Amino acid sequence: MKNALGRELPEKIGSYKVRPYSGTYENDAVNRCVVSNRKPTLRPASGTKLLPTLEDAIKATGLKSGMTISFHHCFREGDKIISQVLTAVRNLGIKDLRFAPSAVVNIKNPSIVEFVKDGTITRIEASGIRGELGDAVLDGLMEEPVILRPHGARPRAIESGDLMIDVAFIGASASDDYGNCTGQIGPNACGSLGYAFVDAYNAAQVVVITDNLVEYPCNPVSISQQYVDYVVKVDEIGDPAKIGAGAARMTKNPRDLMIAKRTADAIAASRRFVEGFSFQTGAGAIAIATTIYLSERMEEKGIKASFSLGGTTSNIIDMYKKGQVRVVACSQSFDAVAARAIAENEGVIEIDNAVYSNPYQKGCMLDKLNFGILGALEVDTDFNINILTGSSGEMMAGLGGGPDVADGADISIVTLPVVRGRTPSIVPRVFTLCTPGTSVAMVVTEAGIALNPKHKYYEELKEDMQAAGIKLTAIEELCKLALSITGVPKPIETTDKVAAVIEYRDGTVIDVIHQIKRK
Amino acid sequence: MEIKKTASAGTLESSDVMVTVSPNPEGGLKVSIDSPVLALYEEQMRKAVTDAAADAGVKDAEIALNDHGAIDCVIRARVMAALCRGAEEAYDWAKEDKEA
Amino acid sequence: MGKDALKRTSLYASGASPVNLLQARFYNEDCLVYDLEDSVPLAEKDAARHLVYNLIKYQRPAGKYVIVRVNGIYSEYIDEDLEAAVRCRPDAIRIPKVEYAKEVKRIDERISEIEEAAGIEHGSIELWCNIESYLGVLNAQEIATASERVVALALGAEDFTASMRSTRTKAGAEIFYARNAVLMACRFAGVEAVDAVFSDINDVEGLKNDVALTKNLGFDGKTVVHPRQIDVVNAAFTPSAKEIRYAKRVLEAVEEGKREHKGAVTLDGGMIDKPMELRARTTLAQAKAAGIEM
Repeated sequence: MKNALGRELPEKIGSYKVRPYSGTYENDAVNRCVVSNRKPTLRPASGTKLLPTLEDAIKATGLKSGMTISFHHCFREGDKIISQVLTAVRNLGIKDLRFAPSAVVNIKNPSIVEFVKDGTITRIEASGIRGELGDAVLDGLMEEPVILRPHGARPRAIESGDLMIDVAFIGASASDDYGNCTGQIGPNACGSLGYAFVDAYNAAQVVVITDNLVEYPCNPVSISQQYVDYVVKVDEIGDPAKIGAGAARMTKNPRDLMIAKRTADAIAASRRFVEGFSFQTGAGAIAIATTIYLSERMEEKGIKASFSLGGTTSNIIDMYKKGQVRVVACSQSFDAVAARAIAENEGVIEIDNAVYSNPYQKGCMLDKLNFGILGALEVDTDFNINILTGSSGEMMAGLGGGPDVADGADISIVTLPVVRGRTPSIVPRVFTLCTPGTSVAMVVTEAGIALNPKHKYYEELKEDMQAAGIKLTAIEELCKLALSITGVPKPIETTDKVAAVIEYRDGTVIDVIHQIKRK
Repeated sequence: MEIKKTASAGTLESSDVMVTVSPNPEGGLKVSIDSPVLALYEEQMRKAVTDAAADAGVKDAEIALNDHGAIDCVIRARVMAALCRGAEEAYDWAKEDKEA
Repeated sequence: MGKDALKRTSLYASGASPVNLLQARFYNEDCLVYDLEDSVPLAEKDAARHLVYNLIKYQRPAGKYVIVRVNGIYSEYIDEDLEAAVRCRPDAIRIPKVEYAKEVKRIDERISEIEEAAGIEHGSIELWCNIESYLGVLNAQEIATASERVVALALGAEDFTASMRSTRTKAGAEIFYARNAVLMACRFAGVEAVDAVFSDINDVEGLKNDVALTKNLGFDGKTVVHPRQIDVVNAAFTPSAKEIRYAKRVLEAVEEGKREHKGAVTLDGGMIDKPMELRARTTLAQAKAAGIEM
């Protein structure tokens, strides 16, 4: 069968039943009660939640083969919790687990691939997979397809019962012995624990893992003791250098700077760029430069933003300190400066990922967002976005909040170069469809800006851009230019086997990723 | 042009290709390509190499490409430069005048 | 590109770097200079020639005035540089350190020979002469008129000040005479005057001040060393809406005067003289060339 975007989908993949993306939101969910695995528990019988080792905690949770475990990704590439927990699980002989981290995990030594190969993990649900795991999955590592969801879809999946978590392992840079914990303080502070809340609220059992046990009660507290079953102290939860080294610097690449400047100019040209507007930029090189240029445009116009949203960088904190942003709502903190800023500044706040991006919960903050900046690996002439797979079909990144921001923000702007090396980024048809083109307002490249004629604010944007003297081009022209430089690539050959399923915000399937055919 | 020695041109930077040419005692052109986009562009890349060799009048050579995303005209330029270096000859720019 | 192409900014891209040459097409510079000279190491001169030739031939950027800067007139590379450069048919060839008219004549003859051999229309390739020494400045007038091909003189301040034993400063008093001398030669010959680079790429305010001086002196454009400088320089050479409005009113008044056979034309109580009319025409030509709708 085909979904509303013309992507060919099987009816069923392994045990996964496909609901095709229909172009409007799947509304079944709103007629049901929220589902949770949380158990009312009379605690603690033994008088303490603090257990000496991870093995002890895993045994205490009653984790058994076939169950589902979850992790948050707030320590990013510096995470040392996942490998410790999986090793302990393996030592206990528990197998056949569903592994459901909140985003991309790319841990090495040991890699997730080893845990799949030895049968510890048999199913994966995440926002993306890459590196060794991504390559292995595309080569047919798993029986069951990997399920990939954007940030806003994960809380929905959990609360709809699609993803029932048995044990949530929550890393925290500070916790007391009763489970009050946070990521805002401590030597390995990661900042916002945004992605851990929904797991804490809904898992049957919650284990907090810290390397920094503090006196009761922990203050500030992000996740309250009322959700936590056990606490374990380990030597190290992360590598601070990889959790987020110092402040992110402005890129020196003139191409990226040019794209960023054009993006800031386009935002400044919009009628929505007024006192009290809101924005989300992100963490890539172009995004950070855009933030800096945007700050300049705000200064020139003498306006302030009501809030900035999502993953936060030090540049946003700089703007807050200059009085340019009233509230910085952090679902994640991308660097050490941003990580510490929540505890240090009244207006820099930690928010639950569900508050940030879940469309099925009486409104999320994205609904109030004026401008959202997105990165992409490919955009096609229908403005559909690929943020997962690279030029040879390899897994490159995660969905992140891309599909959520595109749909939530009034004006969503994709920033990318028209070519990278010999890879065209503006193409006739994206290899993997992650974000529907109808939710994308404009594409900004070094070769020009294209507006999406099918976007709800097309007429308004066209008028605003023309009034500001910003030259516009057609997306087809950008595509033609990209291909005139690179040449037309040969299509990537795949087998019939589906390696990964990509769910949209409402849980319907927007596309699938097939196993790559190797020579 | 006759390839007298091993020579190379180009760099390992993004969008560039390092081309190494050497004499091919077995005769003919032997082209090998290492590239991240080989699956997508192998035919075009091979054509760029063989066209450049033909234009330079080279019939026997081993040509190895270590590619980092170079487009065809860059490949062509690097192959030409490597061939001229390997042949220890200056390129005959007037060559195409006669063809035109 | 036509003869009336804008030449507000010319950006050098190194002939040694495919990524620089490929990216340079996307910036807003009017003139893209494919460089075979200073930015190319001696051991790479041959490879750069092939690269520049092929990139211009197969990936010529639309809407840009394409220039090849060849190596010095007395270098061992010049002959082959010209062979390659002429055959990829750029809009212009830029010659470094020109000091005498006879040098231009020699290059002109050589280009003509190659044009003829390659079946390229005679005279289609223009010449930019870099004036980078006191001799170049002293002989600027003869250089500018040495050949029909010469369409621009470009001042190179670093080498010029070295030849003068001057100290290069941001304020630029040491090149003030040279700027004026080159400009006068350009105006005499009816060619474009292109000012020297502002070297400190991190000093945006300094660049703004410098290009304001460039513009006020009367230059038509400026060489830039980094893509970041392009927008500032283009903006300085693009007439403002106010300037365009005024220029239009001047020309309307002139037209009206002609229709009514008036001897003297006035605007806002003041006389419009020939220089005012000329300036107004230049302003509108610049605006038109910059793509401003009027």
